[in-house]
Amino acid sequence: MASFDHNPIVEMKGIEKHFGPIIALNGVSFDVRPGECHCLLGDNGAGKSTFIKTMSGVHKPTKGEILFEGRRMNFDSPRDAMEAGIATVYQDLAMIPLMSVTRNFWMGREPIKKIGPMKFMDFSTANAVTMEEMRKMGINLRSPDQAVGTLSGGERQTVAIARAVYFGAKVLILDEPTSALGVRQTANVLSTIDRVRKTGIGVVFITHNVRHALAVGDRFTVLNRGRTLGTAQRGQISPEELQDMMAGGQEMVELESSLGGTV
Amino acid sequence: MAETGQGAVAAPVKDERVKETSALRKALIRPELGAIVGTIAVFIFFILFAGDSGMFNAQGILNWSTVSAQFMIIAVGACMLMIAGEFDLSVGSMIGFAGMSIALIAVTLQWPVWIAILLTFALCVAIGALNGFIVVKTGLPSFIVTLAFLFILRGFTIFFPQLIERQTIIGGISDAAEGDWLAPMFGGKIAGPFFDWLASIGVIDVFERGTRAGQPIVDGIPMLIVWALVLVVVAHTILTRTQFGNWIFAAGGDAQAARYVGVPVNRVKILMFMFTAFCATVFATCQVIEFGSAGADRGLLKEFEAIIAVVIGGALLTGGYGSVVGAALGALIFGVVQQGLFFAGVESSLFRVFLGVILLFAVILNTYIRRIITGER
Repeated sequence: MASFDHNPIVEMKGIEKHFGPIIALNGVSFDVRPGECHCLLGDNGAGKSTFIKTMSGVHKPTKGEILFEGRRMNFDSPRDAMEAGIATVYQDLAMIPLMSVTRNFWMGREPIKKIGPMKFMDFSTANAVTMEEMRKMGINLRSPDQAVGTLSGGERQTVAIARAVYFGAKVLILDEPTSALGVRQTANVLSTIDRVRKTGIGVVFITHNVRHALAVGDRFTVLNRGRTLGTAQRGQISPEELQDMMAGGQEMVELESSLGGTV
Repeated sequence: MAETGQGAVAAPVKDERVKETSALRKALIRPELGAIVGTIAVFIFFILFAGDSGMFNAQGILNWSTVSAQFMIIAVGACMLMIAGEFDLSVGSMIGFAGMSIALIAVTLQWPVWIAILLTFALCVAIGALNGFIVVKTGLPSFIVTLAFLFILRGFTIFFPQLIERQTIIGGISDAAEGDWLAPMFGGKIAGPFFDWLASIGVIDVFERGTRAGQPIVDGIPMLIVWALVLVVVAHTILTRTQFGNWIFAAGGDAQAARYVGVPVNRVKILMFMFTAFCATVFATCQVIEFGSAGADRGLLKEFEAIIAVVIGGALLTGGYGSVVGAALGALIFGVVQQGLFFAGVESSLFRVFLGVILLFAVILNTYIRRIITGER
C-alpha cells in the first residue's frame, strides 16, 4: 500500500497564518508521500480550509516553511502551485454546471490547434481525451458536450479528480469531497481516491467524517484550534480516539454516550 | 480497504434511471432556439400582413437590414459581456458620447476625420476598460458601476457641445469627411457594381427621374451591415472555437472556480467591457458619418435594446451561457418588427409593447432551457 520509505513530496513545517489579530494556524506540520492517502481531520473552524489554501498557494504562510520535493518553495499564486504539481479540488467550486464536461475538463489549459496564424481550441483532441479519462475513472459519458450540471455530485468530483490526474498532479488535495454526497456516491469518490493513490500520487483528503477517513486513509492528522494534534498511522488509532481528538475531548464523550454511539 | 475499493469500480454503462434523450430534445437544448423560432415566426407574420407593402423588395430589405444591423452591432458586444457575467448599461450613453467626440474633434477642432475617429475609439475603449477595472477591483455589481457611467457620459455629451458650440447638435461632418480615407470604412457602401448588374438584369428597380435617373435604387451594401456581419462572425468564432472563448464562459459561469484553475478572469472581464465599448463606438461612428451630424440624445435606451436582443438570443442574465448567433437573430427580430410595423401601417408605439412582451417570453423560455441543461428540477 503506501510507501513510507519514500521521501515526502510536500512537507509543511510549523506553518502559522495570521489574519490581522486572528491566528488561524498556529504551528501546523504536515507531509504527504507518494502513493499515500493522508487524511486531514478537523471540526469546523479548526483551520482546515486555511491550511489547504496555504498549501495550494492561495495564502502565504506568516511563518513556517513549505518544502516541495525537498526544496524550499514559495508559491505566489494557485497557478504556481498547480505548475509545481499540487492540484486542489474544491468542494463546490470544482466545476461550472452550465459548461460541457470537455470545456470544464480543459478549463485554463485548453489544447490549441493552429490554422494559419489563427489559434483555435482543438475540440476533437479535447473530446477524445475527456471521454477516455472519464472512462478510466469508471464514468461513461453520454457525450463530451453534456453539461456538467447533468452529472451527479460524485461524478462532478470525479471529473475534477480526473482532470487533476491527467494534468500531472503529484499531490491531490481534496477539500471535503464527500461532505455533500449520498452513500453510494461517497463510495464512488472513495474508490476514485483509492485508484488515484495507486498511481503514485499523494492524496490529501480533508474531511470531518471519521468513517470516510478510515475507509481510505493511510495516515491521519487531526487539526484542532489551528494546531496539529499529531499524526497516526493506519491501525494505530481507533475511530473513537480520532473523533475525540477532533472535537476536543471530554464534553464529546458525554454527548456521544447520551446519543448512543459514535456520531 | 477492499470493501470500498472495488465495489463501485464497474460503473454501469446504462443507468436505468436516465432516460434516453431524443434527438429532437437535444436539438432544442441550445441557446439560439428561441431566437430561431422567433425569427421564422416574425418573417411569416410580415410576409402575410405586409408582403405587398414593399417590405420585401430591394429597398425594403435594405431598410430593415440596416436597422437590424444597428441592433446587431451593439448586441454582439452586450452578448459577449453578458456571457462573461457582466452588464453594461452605459452603451447608449457611450454611443452619444462617441458621436459627439468625433463631431467636436472633426468639426470644432477642424482635425482630419480619421484622427477624430481613431482618437474617439481610443477614448471610448479606455472608458470601457475603466468600467471593467472598477467592476473587477471593487467587486461591485456592474449594474451599478455602468449605471453611474450612463449618467456621467450622457452629462458630458450634453455639456461639452453646449459649452463649446452653444448647441446640442453638431453638423458639418459630411463636408469634413469628404476625401477622408477612414470615413468610408463606416459610412461607405460596397458591392456597388454587383447592384448595377442586378439593376441591369431587372432584379432591382432603377430611379426613373431626378439626378440619379438610371441608377439602381439600392446601389450597394452599407458598411454598417458589413460591420455587423463581421462582428457576429468574429465574436461567434472566438466564443465557440478558441481558448479565450472558453475563458469567457468560465468567467461568467463561476468566476471563483475559473480562477482556481488559472483562468485570468479579471483580464477577460475587462477585455469584454472594452469590446462592448468598441461595438458602441462602431455604431456611433457609422451613424455620425451617415447622418453627417452628432446629437446629444443619440443612443438613448440602446443599452436596454441590446440587452433584450441578447436575452431573446438565449443568453442568461446570470452569465456563463449564451450565443452570439442567437443575439444576432434577436437583433434581426427587432429590426424586422420595428420596420415591419411601419410597412404594415401599424402605430409604431406598439413596437414597445412588442419589446416588453417578447422579452418576457424569452426569459421564461430561457429559464426552462437552463433547467433542462443543468438538470435542476
